Amino acid sequence: MMLASVPYWLQSIFRVLGGAVAVLLPAGTIVYVFLFKMMSFMQSRLGPMEAGPYGSMQLFAEVGKWLQKEDITPERADRRIFRMAPLLVLVSTFLLVAVVPFGPEAYFTNFDAGVFYMLAVSSVSTLGILIAGWSSANKYSMLGGLRAAGQLIAYELPMVLAVLGVVIQAGSMNLQTIVVKQNSDSIFGWDGIGNPYILTQFIGFLVFMIAVQAELTQAPFDMPVAESELVSGYMTEYSGFRFLIFFIAEFATAGVFALIASVLFLGGWGVPFRWFGWAPNGSHEIANWMNVGGPLIMFVKMMVLAFLIMWARFSYPRFREDQLQRFAWKVLIPVSLVNIMLTAILKVVF
Amino acid sequence: MVASSINVAQNVGFYLIAAVMVGAAISVVSNRNVVHAALSLVLVMAGAAAQYLLLAAEFVAVTQVLVYIGAVMVLFLFGVMLTRAKLGRDGDLNNRNWGLGIPVAVLMLGVISWAVLDGWKDATLPADRGPVSTKAVSDSIFQPYLLPFWALSFVLLIAAIGAIVLARKD
Repeated sequence: MMLASVPYWLQSIFRVLGGAVAVLLPAGTIVYVFLFKMMSFMQSRLGPMEAGPYGSMQLFAEVGKWLQKEDITPERADRRIFRMAPLLVLVSTFLLVAVVPFGPEAYFTNFDAGVFYMLAVSSVSTLGILIAGWSSANKYSMLGGLRAAGQLIAYELPMVLAVLGVVIQAGSMNLQTIVVKQNSDSIFGWDGIGNPYILTQFIGFLVFMIAVQAELTQAPFDMPVAESELVSGYMTEYSGFRFLIFFIAEFATAGVFALIASVLFLGGWGVPFRWFGWAPNGSHEIANWMNVGGPLIMFVKMMVLAFLIMWARFSYPRFREDQLQRFAWKVLIPVSLVNIMLTAILKVVF
Repeated sequence: MVASSINVAQNVGFYLIAAVMVGAAISVVSNRNVVHAALSLVLVMAGAAAQYLLLAAEFVAVTQVLVYIGAVMVLFLFGVMLTRAKLGRDGDLNNRNWGLGIPVAVLMLGVISWAVLDGWKDATLPADRGPVSTKAVSDSIFQPYLLPFWALSFVLLIAAIGAIVLARKD
């Protein structure tokens, strides 16, 4: 509404800036709060304390450190592809945030096939990781790249299938519609808290979060970068700001996937109480300030889910490669298929 | 055809993307490095997705990205890298019968251009047409085209079973 009076070029600048904030702010927060502080507390140490109060400026120090390091390309590497690969991974993260709705009118695009788009774009990063491993001219990188590709392909399937349950229940692939449905639906006639799909799609939620953990190559699923076997996997040969790009992409993608999971399962930017203007019959009158409040609510939900991802990361030891593949194909995929069947049957019955 | 009925921006976009696609397609067949050729193919696929977006067929565009870039090309690169991942140039990539490809390609170009030009003549897309909704796509898959959809599913299922049979040694 407000944006309609703004010329298109200015809207585009707003969108780009908003996208940068929506990607980088969660990434920075996740790195500082969870990677620096929570992990340290779990290991009975303080973590960074020197830069700024409680080490809160440590992030800037780290970025500065990486930026001033030498940018090394291995002599036998395929230079052009070697340099392109990290950018491809980061671009996929930025494209991913484009469909996430942050408020009644605070979205980048209101994309009809949003869920589908999200799954498609997230699979592009696999390509970046694969060519990063190949172009490094290093056996460890190559193995890491191949492991990453195998893992990402295997876990993309349960992710798609887990999301299908939500799509069936909402009757739409538009993420904004999914948010509205969750906040205004009722659970068997009781509309006190709407119908956040984490309640009715709990199996889907579990499968989705496990698949996200694997897609992010976070700890129980971090074979592609297994440091005790592969040095640093596909990232081995990267230094300086190219490594920084991989690092940012890893945590930015964690943040964006947490945002997407909160849209799909936790009701997105809405809180389903009457005084937020939700009405079960579809005649919502969402207050305008929800365009500001929505992003904050999303941020809180994102932090909760990112906490779960990081908690699992710091708690569990790494799987073996064959265990990883077996888990995806023999446990997660059948479970999510059964979930789809049950959801479809219940949808038809009720 | 009236000049004012032509959407200039869309046409400029089409020809730019088409030029990139043609260049990338030539690179696919002429490149001396298998992985570079495969990456050029990725560029061609991405160009096709962009063209679908220009035609307001967003669901088809997303499917193109998901299936071809996200799955087919990743598996393709995976296979190439497992078997012959050579950095640098590769000598013996050309098939001896590559000359045969030229008449086949010309014939295909002729047939497709004839079919497109004859089928649509001077028809233009209405300028104010919004994107094709996902619902419309699914409605047509599951109503008029249900039988071909089933047939295709069976073909895919048979292919999957065949792959498992071929891959299993026991």
